[in-house]
Amino acid sequence: MKLQLHPLQTETWFHIGPVPISAEVVVTWAIMAVLVLVSWLGMRQAQVRGGWLQSTLEVTVEAIADQIKAVIRSEPWPYLPLLGTLFIYLACANLSGVLPGVVAPTAHIETPAALTIIVFFSVQFYGFKEQGFRGYLKRYLEPNPLLLPLNLLSQITRSFSLMVRLFGNMMSHEFIIAIVLFLAGLFVPVPFMLLGILIGLIQAFIFTVLATVYVGGAVRATEAG
Amino acid sequence: MTVDVLSILGAALAVSVGAIGPAFAEGRAIAAAMEAIARQPEASGTISRTLFVGLAMIETMAIYCLVVALLLLYANPFTQ
Repeated sequence: MKLQLHPLQTETWFHIGPVPISAEVVVTWAIMAVLVLVSWLGMRQAQVRGGWLQSTLEVTVEAIADQIKAVIRSEPWPYLPLLGTLFIYLACANLSGVLPGVVAPTAHIETPAALTIIVFFSVQFYGFKEQGFRGYLKRYLEPNPLLLPLNLLSQITRSFSLMVRLFGNMMSHEFIIAIVLFLAGLFVPVPFMLLGILIGLIQAFIFTVLATVYVGGAVRATEAG
Repeated sequence: MTVDVLSILGAALAVSVGAIGPAFAEGRAIAAAMEAIARQPEASGTISRTLFVGLAMIETMAIYCLVVALLLLYANPFTQ
């Protein structure tokens, strides 16, 4: 028996035309379908006194909105669609690795990279939208025009670290389980898998909070992110 | 020593040395947060959220080391 693991390679399941489809893409689309289906079922006939599913969805949205409001200290509703979806998707994606036969999409570098690109451009978009073109560009010259290269660099490095943090945590967790299973046996990795549930939720939370902090830093006039 | 052996040694060294600093830093951060929560339990929500973000920042250093180690092991540009 040989341990066959590679942190940067993905496994191709099938091809649609010339496009190879990997397991992560299938899992991502399945998560998206489940989330859309649950939201549609819950909000299909929305009432003032809703059923249990509608109430659950409302409590979730309110809780996320409260958290966002506590971080950016202004109205959370313009940013809720992006950040709330990010959190719910990440929580589902990180936890999907627990299901047998499913690979967590975030444990391979493509998904975190895609999410980070979304966050990066959203931060710039919200900054331009809230502060205007000149106002937001002026932010890069603060506190001193000499710091322009450093401000630009920090935009890139913080996005990179956002990506590497999520990828590194999820991938290393998967690796640890595989190595322990290889070395020790069938039931030994179970405590590590329990720890993995905690790690997955915390990483989803941290990714979302950091994205919120970046958005909050871009839309606030005074303070740098 | 060949490049292979050297990169395995480098990977082990990167993770082991690179984990020391973040471990100390996280310990200090958590100790300070515990103290703050013990003094002011009503602010525990804000403190723990800030703590998590700070821990994520600190942890990034260790994960950079891990990524360097994995690059050395799996995507080494100097072997073959």
